[in-house]
Amino acid sequence: MSVWLWIVLAFVGMGVLAWVGRRVGQMATSNAPRFRDMPYGVAFGYVFAAACILGGIWLWFLPGAVFFRWAVQGFVLFAIAAFVFRLVFRHVGTAATKRLFRAMPLTAAFGILVIIIYAVLAIFAGAIAPYGQSEILGAANVVPGGDPAMGGNPLYPLGTDQIGRDILSRLIYGAQNTVGIAFVTTLIAFFLGGSLGFLAATVGGWLDQLLSRAVDVLMAIPSLIFSLLLMTIASVWADGEKALLTVYMILIIAVIDSTRVFRLARAVGTGIVVMDYIEAARLRGEGMGWIVFREILPNAMAPLLAEFGLRFCFVFLTIASLSFLGVGIQPPLADWGTMVRDLGPFINFAAFAPLVATAPLMAAGAIALLTVAVNFVVDWMLQKSSGLKE
Amino acid sequence: MSRLLTISDIYLEGRSEEVWQPIINGVSLTLDKGEVLGLIGESGAGKSTLGLAAMGFVRDGVRIKSGTVNFDGTELTTASAETKRGLLGKRIAYVAQSAAASFNPAHRLIDQHIEAPVQHRVRSRSESIQDGMDLYARLRLPDPDHIGFRYPHQVSGGQLQRAMTAMAMACRPDLIIFDEPTTALDVTTQIEVLAAIREIVEQFGTAAIYITHDLAVVAQMADRIKVLLKGDEVEEADTRTMLSTPKEDYTKSLWAVRGFTRPVKPPVPAGQTPLVSIQGVTAAYGKAKVLEDVSFDIPSGRTVAVVGESGSGKSTAARCITGLLPPVEGQILFDGAPLPATYKKRSKDQLRQVQMIYQMADTALNPRMSIGQIIARPVQFYMGLRGSALRNRVNDLLNQIELPPEQYAHRLPSELSGGQKQRVGIARALAAEPRMIICDEVTSALDQLVAEGILRLLAKLQDELGLAYMFITHDLATVRAIADSVVVMKDGRVVEQGTKEEVFNPPHHPYTDLLLSSVPEMDPDWLDNLLSSRGVDNIGDEAADKISVES
Repeated sequence: MSVWLWIVLAFVGMGVLAWVGRRVGQMATSNAPRFRDMPYGVAFGYVFAAACILGGIWLWFLPGAVFFRWAVQGFVLFAIAAFVFRLVFRHVGTAATKRLFRAMPLTAAFGILVIIIYAVLAIFAGAIAPYGQSEILGAANVVPGGDPAMGGNPLYPLGTDQIGRDILSRLIYGAQNTVGIAFVTTLIAFFLGGSLGFLAATVGGWLDQLLSRAVDVLMAIPSLIFSLLLMTIASVWADGEKALLTVYMILIIAVIDSTRVFRLARAVGTGIVVMDYIEAARLRGEGMGWIVFREILPNAMAPLLAEFGLRFCFVFLTIASLSFLGVGIQPPLADWGTMVRDLGPFINFAAFAPLVATAPLMAAGAIALLTVAVNFVVDWMLQKSSGLKE
Repeated sequence: MSRLLTISDIYLEGRSEEVWQPIINGVSLTLDKGEVLGLIGESGAGKSTLGLAAMGFVRDGVRIKSGTVNFDGTELTTASAETKRGLLGKRIAYVAQSAAASFNPAHRLIDQHIEAPVQHRVRSRSESIQDGMDLYARLRLPDPDHIGFRYPHQVSGGQLQRAMTAMAMACRPDLIIFDEPTTALDVTTQIEVLAAIREIVEQFGTAAIYITHDLAVVAQMADRIKVLLKGDEVEEADTRTMLSTPKEDYTKSLWAVRGFTRPVKPPVPAGQTPLVSIQGVTAAYGKAKVLEDVSFDIPSGRTVAVVGESGSGKSTAARCITGLLPPVEGQILFDGAPLPATYKKRSKDQLRQVQMIYQMADTALNPRMSIGQIIARPVQFYMGLRGSALRNRVNDLLNQIELPPEQYAHRLPSELSGGQKQRVGIARALAAEPRMIICDEVTSALDQLVAEGILRLLAKLQDELGLAYMFITHDLATVRAIADSVVVMKDGRVVEQGTKEEVFNPPHHPYTDLLLSSVPEMDPDWLDNLLSSRGVDNIGDEAADKISVES
């Protein structure tokens, strides 16, 4: 109860401070428009932001807040790296890339940097990873840091998992499996959903009805349960062939996800097909291919790209959840979803052994970081392409 | 008379691409109580921005760099938000260009009407409703006691514009800013709105700033006229002086713009097969008939203007010719041979012969294709040209529409002005080497000087290439300038047709007469004369409704 009392008191205090602060500002600047026309909500926002920053600084010096310090350090490090990355490419490369980087916000540079790092890790996983993904190296020791004083082992910088495989190597191989599969799946979903959606928008009539209702039926079934069901069937068909099961998984998730893309593409498409330039193309006698891919697609690119960023992350999470439930990527192949599941119980140690509890967070963090990075890049592309229109 | 508004030496800037660019460069204006000032200029002249600045308001991305706006002793540029809230709506009101877009579609008219007086505590709720009905009656809205209880989509465009004027009047403001209130309306609708606005402004002695690009309109409304060009003041004088003896060259060119006419062509030889012949066409959207038994011919190398108000079926006639809307009855002959009803069944060559130019060049050009690509596609598609032959042809076409290829071929439509976009639309139509082009309101979205350039270009191309034009428009001045023969349409029927001389000279069909008399003229007494000769109840849509089409 006293906690709630404190929270209420803090808010009341900030409210009073905001009012007093604005009043003082008005008097000190002899009613400059900046303070005179400042709404109360804005004044409160300033005070609240200041309180948050102070709270952050206090947390930083708290001995128990290991994760908070790591998060802040990581954030600052990545920001610096992104800044350097952008700085370098502003002066290196062709004229076109230089211009691109000159107009790029820091968030986009951050996103691109992260994606490049992930891509390099995924492609050269075999060369970069110190051990194999299924190699069992001895006793389980999830303590990261490689500092013997803290209980770590210098041979395995991020520790070993519950059956003694190197976590760092599995994270690197996991990039290959998880990201690669998610990327292919999203591409297929977009090709399928996008082209059918535009077709429905362009042709209309019974084809539109047929496709839209079919999509409605697919969307009516909860997607995770539906994919679980289909994966169960697929695992019987695959008959123990792990590669085949992965292909089935890609197709199943792609089809289920393409329904969302279809809806978006159809909605965007119907807005575009009523434009006069589409009518001009029809009257010219153009075929469906030209109308869909040359007239509609370039104009629907902005919302589709935004959706791509989101959808990519969702596919990613679906694969992780399927793997978590045991029907996705099959062991001993490493993937981040399985790693979170397998190491999950260690989170219970957070209260008295914070280092041990980081084990599942590393795979989860890898997912989170890529999600943020992809969305930063997509936001930037959206801004660029919508800016073109004006 | 006492001074109401003084704007002195105001500089306004707009933010585009990270830099502040000037919109208004040191314009001053004064307005006395009860006076009407007309602000005219082309699009981009800054007249709307200046009109808003008179309310002490700037749009997002615009700022007042320097200058003062003094409204009845209050300095608006430095006034607090609270002070402005007390003035706006109560003592200064605004009437926007598109009433349809400015009314909230989710609320009834009267609820929106009473918001300002109730908010400002001018009147109680019930008094405001009563006063609203009173104002509706003064503005001659039909059924004034009940029309306020309708939603915006349930009344016509002209009525909505009058309801918006009534709303601006609700607090009996001292100043109203009218921002192109009749630009989007048909001529017969425009005239009733003009008459209503003028009457109510005179009755209540309200001062007004009337923003428009139409000189003939401003001549009826304003006591004084100020001409703006790209943010600079060109000149200012009282209306009669300005109309009779404009000083500056730019003003003179605006005045002279309607001077373009083409020489009369010899009559079409009898017995010559018309290029396109529309024969007894009836068309419908679902069950609603939009065309009934429409017949007219378009001879080769001539311009046929199809005139009528919105909803008269003139664009539908074009859709029947292009095959987008297959007629229920009747047929279209091309060169004496019937065309398949739908465009899907027409051959590539038949499609090529008839091309279209659209009203809104913005939506008619794919925003993601360069000008070169847009023009090259029909050449490539119909003629099968490739490589350098294609490039040469595109360059020729760009030269024909007077846009230098090396400068324009690589640009996107968004990097062109409205008139240039319309030229690209013309080039795309020409690229197919058609025999007929349908021009659907091609100049109505353009400024007068630019529109005249487009008309001259079309005339030049007709002389060079022997094209036939079907020219759809509601602007009779354009018809006078370019047409050889005229078809007048109303409610999906042809009311009158003949050569330009036949249609424009009496005797007219009563509807043609109404249309012709509703076009504002540069004479400041025109509206007064018209009102006294026709009577206040015999103008506008009501008069149009009285005319039976069957006669």
